[in-house]
Amino acid sequence: MDQSPEPDPSEEPQSAHPQDAYEVGHGPYQPHEPGYGLDQPGYSPYEDEIPDPQARMLAIKNAKAYLLKTSTKSGLNFIMFYDFCIVNQQYLHLYDRYDHFANILTKILDEQPANAVDIIENISKDVKWAQFRKKMDTLRDEHVVPPTLEAAEKYKALFVKEGGEDEHEELEEEMGQPSLPNVMETAFYFEQAGIGLSKDESYYIFLALKNLINVQPIQTCRFWGKILGLEMNYIIAEVQLQEGEEEEEETEEEGEEIIAEDQNEMDEAEEEDEEKEKEPEPPKSTYKPPPDIPKEANGTGTNKYVYFVCNEPGKPWVKLPPVTPAQIVCARQIKKFFTGHLDAPVVTFPPFPGNEANYLRAQIARISAGTHVSPTGFYQFPVDEEEEADTYEENPEFEPPPVAEMVESLATWAHHVKEILKQGRCVWINPVQKSEENEEDEEEEEEEEQQEERGQALLTLISEDEGIKNIPAWTAQASTDLIPEYSVAILQSNRWPGAYAFASGRKFENIYFGWGHKYNSENHTPALPPPAEAEFPSDPGITERADPTVEEEMAFKAAQEEALAAAEEEENEEAEDD
Amino acid sequence: MEALALPAALPLVAGGGAGLSPERRAALGASLPLVQRDYRFERLWFWGCIQGVRGAYYIAEGLGPDRAAPRSRLYSLNCLDWSLLTPATKEMLALAEQLKGHFQGDPSFEYSLAEIDAEAAARLVQSGKEPVIKEEARLIATIEQIDRAVGIVPRGAFVKTPLGSVHENRYFEGLSLVEAKKLSSYFHFTEPANLKNKTLLEKADLDPSTDFLDSLEHDIPRGKGSKIKRCNEREGNREV
Repeated sequence: MDQSPEPDPSEEPQSAHPQDAYEVGHGPYQPHEPGYGLDQPGYSPYEDEIPDPQARMLAIKNAKAYLLKTSTKSGLNFIMFYDFCIVNQQYLHLYDRYDHFANILTKILDEQPANAVDIIENISKDVKWAQFRKKMDTLRDEHVVPPTLEAAEKYKALFVKEGGEDEHEELEEEMGQPSLPNVMETAFYFEQAGIGLSKDESYYIFLALKNLINVQPIQTCRFWGKILGLEMNYIIAEVQLQEGEEEEEETEEEGEEIIAEDQNEMDEAEEEDEEKEKEPEPPKSTYKPPPDIPKEANGTGTNKYVYFVCNEPGKPWVKLPPVTPAQIVCARQIKKFFTGHLDAPVVTFPPFPGNEANYLRAQIARISAGTHVSPTGFYQFPVDEEEEADTYEENPEFEPPPVAEMVESLATWAHHVKEILKQGRCVWINPVQKSEENEEDEEEEEEEEQQEERGQALLTLISEDEGIKNIPAWTAQASTDLIPEYSVAILQSNRWPGAYAFASGRKFENIYFGWGHKYNSENHTPALPPPAEAEFPSDPGITERADPTVEEEMAFKAAQEEALAAAEEEENEEAEDD
Repeated sequence: MEALALPAALPLVAGGGAGLSPERRAALGASLPLVQRDYRFERLWFWGCIQGVRGAYYIAEGLGPDRAAPRSRLYSLNCLDWSLLTPATKEMLALAEQLKGHFQGDPSFEYSLAEIDAEAAARLVQSGKEPVIKEEARLIATIEQIDRAVGIVPRGAFVKTPLGSVHENRYFEGLSLVEAKKLSSYFHFTEPANLKNKTLLEKADLDPSTDFLDSLEHDIPRGKGSKIKRCNEREGNREV
């Protein structure tokens, strides 16, 4: 622009520098400062300031007169400037031009600076700034709530005792009440080994579990552990719901699946009809995706327990969905840190079927299957059933071996969670059986390639776990060498760093504190994408061959002639013989 | 962390599940002051522990009057008897990088180099030594690497005097909430590598007494600082 944008200091209406206005914590807004007037309630450029029509006309007249006043400095008229701007379309940014101009004009009419034309750009800039500034109260500083206080409020809410009346009645009814695990006792034992969270946090978790039990219909509950994440952590509770509740959810899910299957069948039928009409068709892909392996029923195998997670004690508990074999198979091939948000997408190759909640659930299933141990003999198979049973029960005649023995030999510990097979389930299922019922007989005979996978039986000793190269899978230690009579046997997993177990007499417990990844001595290398598929099978008619050279053709011709000649000679000989 | 402040600081870092048992804590409280007296350190920091298959190493670092000078490192298997570690050499660092897998827990355990790095093994044999690397050397190298990568201090905690030596800033009261969330308020406590590369404009903003180290802003991968925000909200801003 040709005009000089800087205002003449002597002609400035009030205290000099607009820049001072933008410091934090200043006094009342001066009219030349941004934010003045524009954010007062009910004061918008479209409202008429003065309701009275007579007075309004007068105000408009005055405004016009002011605007027409020519600047002494630069001989320009404000209206000329306005026209100039419109013609040049200079103010085509941010919000609506008209709004912006209306705001500028309002500001000028309020403040009535001399030589508004000269400082028009500054005024325009100020008006734009004002759009983005927070409305600050002029007298008091705005109260910023530090996040520590919010967290403290949540923790305080944990301590509120619900239904504080009639405590004695509650105690009597405890027979049918779910058992709250004694988190502090477990924390004490783990602390002897140097594992665990601070006492405060353990207590908050204790109270949060209590809230969970009050809210959900829970039969048994256990603090499973804490998985760390990049932005937030997960606190996980392993829970068995009461029987009625689980069935309701199952039927809902099955209903949805059946509807989906019906729709698919309908779609396929329609497509087939259409295709018969069209001709010719391009070659169909011979790729058949592997059949879906159904997930295990709630209450068995990998879905034996239901898991609830929360980011911090005090936040609401969220139930994790049951895990499917496809998710476990994929989780074995990827390595992703958890972010702390359950709905975050998990972007990997091979593509993970689900979001972070599913990935978390899959890792929890793998960790539980790999590292939940108990002293050998604590659990036994029910006497009536076969050896390969899925259930176990406590052995009332269990006599705990001394701590020294538990530390020395790994044969004193046994897994009590079934191992997950390569298929992704604990109990092997032939996926072919689930396909269309017509072809069942044929396919069962044909496809016996999928061999039944057998994992280890339920209560195998951990001494049979494979180590990683030359390191055993488990490390056993006593918590203290100085006072052996009160020491606790601690077991640390080397395959899943962060998984610990302790045993002291009849008490034992498993816990996990870590990032949720399996130990890998090499760095993780993601799977490579498969090679590009051939577009069509190679037939002799399609494959390229080099054209025969002239020599080859001549040789071939000569060979043919020789063969003919030989055949003729033979005929001649035969004719002669005859 | 500062040896004397250990009991108060331990609960603050217990969010990850790793901590010290009461026995170890008590042992540290008894042995660290004696170590400080014997080696005449001005400051003694408990660095942490490295978990091995058969046991853990507990590491401590002792500092002299200049806090930025190379530190003396000590290790112990039971928090009671401490042994001094030799400073790390480049060869050690290069060899240790190739070793993979857990620590064994035994400082005299020998890793055979022949499988891992045949050239280095050959060189050692030529110079008359056995082609092995001891776990102690691996420990030294690992501690050095960890210190270089993630040894951080908040801005303003240390000041550099005009003579070049570095001291703690007695007037440091911690970072404000706004500052604590920024990655630029934390520095690597090692020899600065990036300071010279800054433009003159950036250097003009720096205060030579407090900004003499590399900040975390330019570390790759970005975004590692989100955990710091969370921790600092709960713990206040102490140099831990």
